[in-house]
Amino acid sequence: MSEKKIKNVFVEGPITPEKIANSIAHHQVKTNIGAHDIFLGQVRADEIDGKLVAAIDYSAYDEMANKVFDEIRESAFEKYDLTCAHIYHSKGIVKAGELCLFVFTSSKHRAMAFDACRYITEEIKAKAPVFGKEIFEDETHQWKVNK
Amino acid sequence: MILKLKYFGMIAEAVGKENEEFECANSSVEELNIALKNKYAKLASMNYKIAVNQSFVEPTTLLKDNDEIALLPPFAGG
Repeated sequence: MSEKKIKNVFVEGPITPEKIANSIAHHQVKTNIGAHDIFLGQVRADEIDGKLVAAIDYSAYDEMANKVFDEIRESAFEKYDLTCAHIYHSKGIVKAGELCLFVFTSSKHRAMAFDACRYITEEIKAKAPVFGKEIFEDETHQWKVNK
Repeated sequence: MILKLKYFGMIAEAVGKENEEFECANSSVEELNIALKNKYAKLASMNYKIAVNQSFVEPTTLLKDNDEIALLPPFAGG
């Protein structure tokens, strides 16, 4: 039995606006799509005890995380009538203001694209073994925990 | 038996390493967890989940030689 090849969702460093634009462009040939929805996660310069977050250094249990991302994507296809769904997540340093997560769902109509995009994003937050070290401007750090 | 342990995020920082081989007698996930808390006192006050071969299993699950065990602190993706 051949094992399904699991896609690597991780991108080294921030996700660039160019990558997002290119991804949209690639879908213009798929003329059965009538609606896209996009979620972008951006690193916030939170102030904690008077110190500003300058960047988040993301790490992950890569093999397990990629399996989890794949399961989330598969379950989104089961729940919603989607044409496409893509997930990209950063690893390494992402500075405040830069993008760390890109979820892109496409469907015939808007409701499915909206619902699936939210579902995928919430599932990632809850289930993907990804860890974030919030680095302050003075180079001290603390570990981020999803609420 | 020998287990392949992997530590992530704040757990790796607390134990001072990202992976190690751990030799122990036959044990369950919860018994291994107690052994690790004895070895690394800082773990006692930390919040983490244990994955066995990249899946979450019952605490009573028996471990096998060469299993990959990961200590995963709270997730922060997205």
